[in-house]
Amino acid sequence: MNVGDLIKIISGELLTDNISALETQVDNLYICDLLSWVMSHAQKGDAWITVLTNVNVPAVALMTEVACVIIPEGIKVEQLTLKRANENGIIIAGTALNSFEISRKIIQSELL
Amino acid sequence: MSTVRLSYPIPSNDFIAAGEASSNVKKILSQIGIPAEKIKKAAIAMYEAEINAVIHAGGGVADVEITAGRVVINIADNGPGIPDLELAMTEGWSTAPDNIREMGFGAGMGLPNMKKYADRLQIKTQVGVGTTVTITVNFA
Repeated sequence: MNVGDLIKIISGELLTDNISALETQVDNLYICDLLSWVMSHAQKGDAWITVLTNVNVPAVALMTEVACVIIPEGIKVEQLTLKRANENGIIIAGTALNSFEISRKIIQSELL
Repeated sequence: MSTVRLSYPIPSNDFIAAGEASSNVKKILSQIGIPAEKIKKAAIAMYEAEINAVIHAGGGVADVEITAGRVVINIADNGPGIPDLELAMTEGWSTAPDNIREMGFGAGMGLPNMKKYADRLQIKTQVGVGTTVTITVNFA
């Protein structure tokens, strides 16, 4: 699936500006809130779910080359984080669902 | 190719600027056509070292040397030094304060990640003087 499909499945919203990046391929889902753990284990092409919203999130997304970042449970993302993400071509999407519900929706879609 | 030398100040306690040096090195390595998996190794190891300098040492300096065969990243600080390096290399060991943990750091994975991603990792540290981390990633 691509990022656009994923956002639709989880009733999400694109928070960054990069509309063209919706075509980016998503290969897997990764859930973690410890940044160094993410850097050690996340893979290129993962959709990364995290409740963290600080400016280090786009930096870690850039290093790990994840497909996108998903912020669950309607958590508000700092403007500075979105600015940094836009500058580096990082996609951030938000959804009201929690991590388990996101996972369930994706599994039910049978697109991953 | 000729040697590329880069130098970046690492600001003290500034998480907004932290990571700019490693992001920049990542872009440069990409521009000169280094394989993606080598770039990722260098970028993650350097980012961890940068963050450590910000969290623990009041900033420092990053010097990077890129040659045809490898990248050598030197991160030096004048911080408190690491009293027990063996313990600090243990996964899960961290002395990061609560406000740093709230940002998602302090998992005790910084030095282990540097070791994991670097082809060669050298750490020189002296209590009260500072720490110098040298990360080498070979391109071949």
